[in-house]
Amino acid sequence: MNNNYSNFKATLAIAKASFRSIIRSPSAVVFNLAFPLIFIIVFANIGGSALKVDVGVAKDCDTNNVIYKALSKNSIIHLVKDQSAADMHANLAKGNLDAVVDIKANGNGKGWTIYPPLSALGSDSTPKKALFSINVQYSKASDKGGIFKTALNNILYELQSAFIDKISSLSGTSSPLKAVDVHEETITGRAYHYIDFILPGMLGFSLLGSGVFGTAFVFLSLRLTLVIKRFFATPVKKYSIVLGEAMARLVTSWIGALVIILVGHYFFGFTLVHGVVTVINMLLLAAIGLIVFMGFGFIISGIAKNESTVPPLSNIITLPQFLLSGTFFSTTAFPGWLQHISNILPLTYLNDAMRKVAFEGAGLNEVGHQLLILGIWFVVVYAVAVKTFKWE
Amino acid sequence: MAKQPIITVNNLVKKYGDFTAVNNISFEVYEGEIFGLLGPNGAGKTTTLEVIETLRDKTSGSITVDGFNIDDDADSIKQRIGVQLQAAGYYPNLNLSELIELFSGLYGINKTAKEMLEKVALVDKAKAKYKELSGGQKQRFSIATTLINNPRIIFLDEPTTGLDPQARRNLWDLIREIRDAGTTVVITTHYMDEAEELCDRVAFVDGGHIIGIDTPGNFIDKLVASGFERKKQVKLANLEDVFINMTGKEWREG
Repeated sequence: MNNNYSNFKATLAIAKASFRSIIRSPSAVVFNLAFPLIFIIVFANIGGSALKVDVGVAKDCDTNNVIYKALSKNSIIHLVKDQSAADMHANLAKGNLDAVVDIKANGNGKGWTIYPPLSALGSDSTPKKALFSINVQYSKASDKGGIFKTALNNILYELQSAFIDKISSLSGTSSPLKAVDVHEETITGRAYHYIDFILPGMLGFSLLGSGVFGTAFVFLSLRLTLVIKRFFATPVKKYSIVLGEAMARLVTSWIGALVIILVGHYFFGFTLVHGVVTVINMLLLAAIGLIVFMGFGFIISGIAKNESTVPPLSNIITLPQFLLSGTFFSTTAFPGWLQHISNILPLTYLNDAMRKVAFEGAGLNEVGHQLLILGIWFVVVYAVAVKTFKWE
Repeated sequence: MAKQPIITVNNLVKKYGDFTAVNNISFEVYEGEIFGLLGPNGAGKTTTLEVIETLRDKTSGSITVDGFNIDDDADSIKQRIGVQLQAAGYYPNLNLSELIELFSGLYGINKTAKEMLEKVALVDKAKAKYKELSGGQKQRFSIATTLINNPRIIFLDEPTTGLDPQARRNLWDLIREIRDAGTTVVITTHYMDEAEELCDRVAFVDGGHIIGIDTPGNFIDKLVASGFERKKQVKLANLEDVFINMTGKEWREG
């Protein structure tokens, strides 16, 4: 009988029970899926509109001319057409609109595309009157008016250049009027979207939450309700209990991570440089992070006297990392002394490694530095956990 | 029945720091009997049980369970005993079937949930959570989990505390069935009527000592022979008999 006993089977039985329990508890679903997805959806959208300039279009603005068309093609400029003149004025004053534009085509300028008909130029080849007149109102309440001004100037410059070229070609003389020749080129590279920043951060956050809160709660409640004591009356080994719980938590975290990565990739354009390989590398990193964070959970479950002391203790661990480890914004924005703190926290290194793997396509060997720091955290955390953890 | 000891406790001492919870206890439990450990709160009953169950280290003394020494063969003992703890909970969010499956895994034994729940008449509660059960059902389920590994001995720590008279009788029947099927039962209780009704032998424990060990019948006979008389004239029935007579023997699930 003794020889047939399988610690592996016992471990699996605990893993299965724990997995069932986790997926039925609302907090696991919230930490592993709901929170990260909500944050991703919110921040992906905020991230996209951060560079939008809202420009009101006056009611009688001519919308059929080349300037307007160029404006509407500009991805930064968001043209607002459905407001009354009074609303526009009020919104401009409040800064809800960054500028209001009114374009008027003069005479035959209407419908002018790229070659102006000669008649528009007048008999002496010089326009008596500008083809377009543009009224732009800016607002002191908005600091994005300047962006619109620059965008508008660009369009007008190109228009003027085309206009001068036309005149030159008609008069047969090379234009002496061109002061600057601008050559612009966009190199093709991977576009770094905000999702590429926020998604690894969200993964790290969910691993931290699940690892710390989940582990602390489960082991404390199993201890307080004597479930573990009852387990000890069976031949099960202590390591089977810890291993089974860890396996269940890892599987749930992996499922959560996979859903987040896939939703991020297919709905928000999250970059996965090497496809499946990158995903596998991310999941391996997730496992390493989770194991380190579970150590904090073990410590808390040992220190906590009852279930109401778990949240404050867990928050002491999770909140600083949540804010300082570059979950939502890069730590480079912090003042130096704060960066020093950031550079200690394990989540900083997990986030770093995740981003390198996901966006730069690094292999796990290329994030050795981050893994080394996580390894040091592992040793420190589990050394403390072994001292503080209580079975009964 | 030949009285073959299945548990032998010799000079057991258990100290918590300066406090001696169990002070030099020796007794034997015979195979196939229902053995009761009786005594006031804090007498050391639960501590004694937990040492025998391999859940606590002893300070000194020797214990043999089904031929295995507790010092060298704790794992063999764990596989031969079933343990019901006082006030123990079960893994959260699992239903009864899943809990049985978990314990089967912990014992490394293939038992179907249905088979185990049938033994304690809880098949219709297979999909219920432990916390949704009534007090009597909880105790019956706990007993089911002690039977998964076909134990030679089961330990029940105050299994009837807080149950109504019907549920108590129902549990007595279950415990007798288990004994009749060949399993030795060690039980603690605060109810002397229960011990008298159920136990083949009882030991009285007080202050960490065993102060008497015999069959309930012999204890009562000795007391009566010593000239003891109840102050009140004993009637042929008591109030519990009235309760059962008026409300029926049928067990209420509520």
